[in-house]
Amino acid sequence: MAQLKKLLFGLIGASMLAPAANAAEEVNVYSYRQEFLVKPLFDAFTKETGIKVNVVFSDKGLIERVQAEGDNSPADLIFTVDIGKLNDAVDAGVTQPVTSPTLEKNIPANFRHPDGLWYGMTTRARIIYASKDRVKPGEITSYEDLADPKWKGRLCTRSGKHVYNVALIASMIAHHGKDEAEAWLSKVKDNLARKPQGNDRAQVKAIKEGECDIAVGNHYYYGKMLHDEKQKPWADSVYLVFPNQENRGTHVNISGVSMTKSAPNKANALKLMEFLSGAGQTLYAEQNFEYPVNPTVEWLPEVKSWGEFKSDTLSLAEVAELRKEAIMMVDRVGYND
Amino acid sequence: MDEAFSAHSAIDEARPVRHSGGGPWLLAAFVLAALVVAPIAALVWIAFNPAENIWPHLFATVLGTYLSSTLLLMTGVGVSVVLIGTGTAWLVVSCRFPGRRVFEWALLLPLAVPAYVIAYTYTDLLEFAGPLQTGLRAIFGWETKRDYWFPDIRTMGGAIAMISLVLYPYVYAMARAAFLEQSVCVLEVSRTLGSTAWRAFFTVALPLARPAIVVGLTLALMETLNDFGTVDYFAVRTLTRGVFDTWFFMGNPGGAAQIALVMLVFVVGLIWIERSSRARQRFHHTSSHVRALPGYQLTGAKRAGAVLACALPILLGFVVPASVLGYYAFEYFEQSWTADFLHYAENSLKLSLISAVATVAAAVLLGYAVRLNPGRGVRFASRLASVGYAIPGAVLAIGILIPAGALDNAIDAFSREQFGFPTGLLLSGTTTALVFAYMVRFMAISFGAVEAGLGKVTPNMDLAARALGHGPLATLRKVHLPLIRGSLLTAIVLVFVDTMKELPATLVLRPFNFQTLATYVYQYASDELLEQCALAALAIVAAGILPVIVLSRAISASRPGHRRSA
Repeated sequence: MAQLKKLLFGLIGASMLAPAANAAEEVNVYSYRQEFLVKPLFDAFTKETGIKVNVVFSDKGLIERVQAEGDNSPADLIFTVDIGKLNDAVDAGVTQPVTSPTLEKNIPANFRHPDGLWYGMTTRARIIYASKDRVKPGEITSYEDLADPKWKGRLCTRSGKHVYNVALIASMIAHHGKDEAEAWLSKVKDNLARKPQGNDRAQVKAIKEGECDIAVGNHYYYGKMLHDEKQKPWADSVYLVFPNQENRGTHVNISGVSMTKSAPNKANALKLMEFLSGAGQTLYAEQNFEYPVNPTVEWLPEVKSWGEFKSDTLSLAEVAELRKEAIMMVDRVGYND
Repeated sequence: MDEAFSAHSAIDEARPVRHSGGGPWLLAAFVLAALVVAPIAALVWIAFNPAENIWPHLFATVLGTYLSSTLLLMTGVGVSVVLIGTGTAWLVVSCRFPGRRVFEWALLLPLAVPAYVIAYTYTDLLEFAGPLQTGLRAIFGWETKRDYWFPDIRTMGGAIAMISLVLYPYVYAMARAAFLEQSVCVLEVSRTLGSTAWRAFFTVALPLARPAIVVGLTLALMETLNDFGTVDYFAVRTLTRGVFDTWFFMGNPGGAAQIALVMLVFVVGLIWIERSSRARQRFHHTSSHVRALPGYQLTGAKRAGAVLACALPILLGFVVPASVLGYYAFEYFEQSWTADFLHYAENSLKLSLISAVATVAAAVLLGYAVRLNPGRGVRFASRLASVGYAIPGAVLAIGILIPAGALDNAIDAFSREQFGFPTGLLLSGTTTALVFAYMVRFMAISFGAVEAGLGKVTPNMDLAARALGHGPLATLRKVHLPLIRGSLLTAIVLVFVDTMKELPATLVLRPFNFQTLATYVYQYASDELLEQCALAALAIVAAGILPVIVLSRAISASRPGHRRSA
């Protein structure tokens, strides 16, 4: 019993240790991106600069955490994968403007906040996956085509409320207006082969197995599947369609970074941002088969081989604004039912 | 065992015990309850400040679906866990058939499997592209989905099945303990009076075990209600979906908190209905005659049926998912095994152990304070302290962030002003905050068990101990704790296993660079890459097995007359 007590007190004592005290040079990151995706970047940064990067990954609640921690929050940077989250961080009032000639040189204006409240680091295209066997090239070329009744029972997508679909729907609202976009979404829903479920990868898998013929998904899943032994056959069963090449271009979203208002390691945080926008671009993009935002950085040859394309230049800030309308539209047409 | 939220029968009897000296206990209980309730109070406060009124949109669109699927899910899970849990508990306690001694503990195993893991493994097995359907297509020459019919796992039915398979052990554990406690006399009397075995079960054993079964059912339903991972994965739209949409997509925390509170009303309503339906009943044993239950020797078809009934939940709820994980762990061993793996396991084990002990200690404090001072106020406070279990983990985590951050910043401001130096964040982002989160979340489990355990101790014991000159603390230490150690161990084990599995609060509240097995699994599982982390998922399950066996033995031992005979 006495030993048990000793053990317990020992454990409790050990657990009370505060988080890493402000040791040498470091920068603290709250990341909405999975740790295994960002870790290699941070390792490269640490190797180059000697600055240690501390991470907390969570797919929910990190902005709320910065907010609750207030001026004493240890977080320097917030990493996210969707324009919506970056916008949320700005709305929550937890970000600070960052101005840096390096960042402004490396990142085109449409991929950063006008006041420097967030910076995009990679872009990802929302594309259409089509069955090699059952969909002829040119049979589908735009998001508008998804509403064509000829696809009835042949389309698969993930939940209409997933952030990537929400951003796509928001871009449709921006281009066509609310009413037309809602009519479109309603027709797209009618074409669904099954209730929206799974992630983007699962939709391609469903094409492979004949459950549907076309699917909507982010482009990088193609690369991820090609490099997974089990999933390669799924990727091999489809080809990629970059929609709307004849008009406005393909809808793209970004992953990005914001500096917190309370950032205790401001200088180091800025160094990390600049690293990611420059030397880190290739690594960042490679990690997930994404496109670098920096136009001077070469695409990964493999990614390039999937096709180069024109992307929609609609401001992402506008997409973020229309997000709420898009979600309510998903509810109204009963997209997920 | 008595019911978690309404051990009034026991308390009524305990009332004459009221002694001087309970004051400090009462104070401590109120302070503790206030701490545990603070995150929920924070949510209530958020609910009063919505960004905009969410209800007109919900009424006009999805509220009907959310409500009906929530009710359907809870009804489905409720009925299933009671049938499986009570049925198997009665079989292993009162009947004799081959394998019974193994089933006794093995029936608890599915408790160690996280719901999102079982959902993932079954989807992989049963979906269109899974091995089962692919095999069927190969055998029968079918090609597309239109050629044949196969039940879809990603449906309401699938969600009910998955959740029930991992939650029935709550009912099983509680019901088994209750059946074991029942005086053999009442059953024998009923048999002597001409009841058949079935009638004895339905008219005597079942009503006597009802409070215990309800404890298990309540825990299962609260856990169902707070689940997000499984229902989201299966595309079942419950109220939890509404909470997350409103909070994280529509930027309206106030509206989300309102929906979360509506969900609480569901649970409180259920508990109230159950309580009022047996308001005047009392469940006390008049005899302490507790020799081993005789046990009906089963033969023939009945024997086979009993074996099947016990084997099936274990097979489906544990063996199948564990085998799938084992297969992936083997296939993807190189990706799964990292040097940090043992470190993550150590974090998980330490956190779970500390949280289990701390939560149960807190529950003892609350339970004993109620016993010493059975007033309305403290009883209400102690029950309020148990509602954290019914709130979705990520939402509760945010409820914890707010008071923790406020406290930290207040101390910091005070220290700066008084002593001229900053203290920074003392609580936020530490493992202490995590332990606190687990305490808030799992208080329902430990308080239920402790209250039930204390309820069984006759107040005469208190009187005797106090008459002999012991104070309340000495009485607790020398009399109550030894007597209720079975209940305490049950509570420790349940909280331990639940903490091992806990994900949403751990994700949001953890310190920098801190991984548990659950968070490590999740970063892959959230990208539908469970294969890559199957080893860690398997470790969560394995870590749950040992405590589950300990629990089973403790329950058996809790019945003095019970001998482990086949």
